[in-house]
Amino acid sequence: MGVMATPAPAPARADRPPLAPSQPLLRAESLQRRYGGRAVIDVAELEVAAGEVLAILGPNGAGKSTLFRLLLLIEKPDAGRILFEGRAVQPGDRAVSRRLAGVFQRPHLFTGSVRENVGYGLRVRGVSRPERARRVADALAWLGLEAHAGAPVHALSGGEAQRVALARALALEPELLLLDEPTANLDITVRRRFREDLERLARTHARAAILITHDPGDAFALADRIAVLHEGRIVQVGAPDELVLHPATPFVAAFTGAELLLDGSVSGKEDGLVLVELKGGTRLVVAEAAQGGVALGARVHVAYRPEDVLLAAADAAETSAQNRFLLRVTALNPAGGLVRVRLQGDATSLAAGVALTALVTRRGADTLGLAPGRDVLAQLKATALRAFAAPR
Amino acid sequence: MDVFLEAAREAARLLFSGDSYVRDILGLSLRVSGTAVLVGVLIGIPVGVAVGIGRFPGRQLVVALIHTGFALPPVVVGLFVYMLLSREGPAGALELLFTPTAMVLAQALLASPYVAGITLAAVQAVPSDVRLEARALGATRVQALWAHLREARLGLGAAVVAGFGAVLSEVGAVMMVGGNILGETRVMTTAIVLETRRGRYGTALALGLVLLAVAFTVNLILTRLQQGRQAAVWSTAGVERPWA
Repeated sequence: MGVMATPAPAPARADRPPLAPSQPLLRAESLQRRYGGRAVIDVAELEVAAGEVLAILGPNGAGKSTLFRLLLLIEKPDAGRILFEGRAVQPGDRAVSRRLAGVFQRPHLFTGSVRENVGYGLRVRGVSRPERARRVADALAWLGLEAHAGAPVHALSGGEAQRVALARALALEPELLLLDEPTANLDITVRRRFREDLERLARTHARAAILITHDPGDAFALADRIAVLHEGRIVQVGAPDELVLHPATPFVAAFTGAELLLDGSVSGKEDGLVLVELKGGTRLVVAEAAQGGVALGARVHVAYRPEDVLLAAADAAETSAQNRFLLRVTALNPAGGLVRVRLQGDATSLAAGVALTALVTRRGADTLGLAPGRDVLAQLKATALRAFAAPR
Repeated sequence: MDVFLEAAREAARLLFSGDSYVRDILGLSLRVSGTAVLVGVLIGIPVGVAVGIGRFPGRQLVVALIHTGFALPPVVVGLFVYMLLSREGPAGALELLFTPTAMVLAQALLASPYVAGITLAAVQAVPSDVRLEARALGATRVQALWAHLREARLGLGAAVVAGFGAVLSEVGAVMMVGGNILGETRVMTTAIVLETRRGRYGTALALGLVLLAVAFTVNLILTRLQQGRQAAVWSTAGVERPWA
């Protein structure tokens, strides 16, 4: 692979009308799409502003690809509308369609050369040959694909094919770039490189971008805001930090890497803190309850992030953490440079019925001498916990 | 064995002396079958594309009909066209029976299902996402359809060549509606039948060899198209080839 190309500066586009500061570039309202009577997409509201990268994050089957086609104006919704710069638009509205560009999950490159593929969108727009050659050369340079310009597409590797597909969309310098699972079919090293390309290019050569992904890693690395899609609905929209620190639902918490302690009930409230009693009788002090709090006696789930669990020797001195449990190590699962430590409280110990997962560095695990069967002190600050009313 | 040797010697003489009898018959064969395929393409490709891409009620039935057309016996088509063009037939007034036009008509009817059927398979082999993807890059519906057909172009080429091969070698229909009239409607296949009956094996063999050579060329082109087609299919799987 050659040396990474220096990103060319984004050329000024004089034909772009200015937007009112408060006006979103694209806005979807009450958008619905049904297949066979079932609502696959039911999005009350979704906006992307100029200059923004919005990720739509959801598991497989959440309706992501359908939403992609709706927002790209290549599929008609059953209800609701899409506004572009404040004006309602329909699929087939060529003037608006031509200001968007999409990259599919498994891009189909047209038979021919890389150069022909990258020039496709410009050709269908009737851009003159010299202008096309210039813009294709630019787009190839942005992605370091100059050396492949004349190559037939069937000679490309998976990562190269995906970069050609991205170049093909970026050559249009779209106002809105939509990407459907751009990294899903790439192996890990290629994925990292592609993510870097996207990070560098999505903001400079498109006015705004919507990244559709099932991979929180993509969303957190690239997006300014993340909309979490679950069963066709947007369950939370917010900055990455907001999703991590204040997930709106247990699903969002779990999907963004949190673990759940299930089946507790609210046993008291004091000083803005919520006391939760777990099934085994263990009590937790929780700093925050989702969506306006939970009532006394309500059944709740409590979310925490494994990296917030602090481990110490079983006989460690007092610390400031409100939640301290003596637990037994049941398993150690290496995860890259880190180790996932499964912990379980047994019936005779302090923390009966508590099962936690902690994420520690390998060095930390060594220092503590963690091994299955050892007892350790697990600590969680109240502020690292969040209670959710349990779904009925 | 003498009969074969004798025939081979006579065939070689006819072929290399540029005998006008063989040349004229070959010329008419190519002209009739070529025109018939052209008509077959004008009918078969639009039908194949519509059925391959479109979704409409009765589509399955149309597909089955097209595939039945593959097995259409030339004599049955000949019979149909004969009745159509005969003096008592609905198109009798045109006086086309025993003319090259009648032969073109019959062969076009034979070629159309071939062209439609292979076109249908070719456009279906291209993932329909191609059109969506073209649209996602700003193509109009027509431009997106064009992109789809462009991806299927090798298969479309195969449809044309296969249609040509099928009609060039048939004898039943041209015999019935052409009448095998010397200098007017005699083509290679009908000439072979006649010369064999007359015992002029050399002439028949010479014509047979020419027919074989044409068929071989046609199949060579078909095979090359099919090999190329495989390469084209691979290219669409570019993102899924971890070893590339």
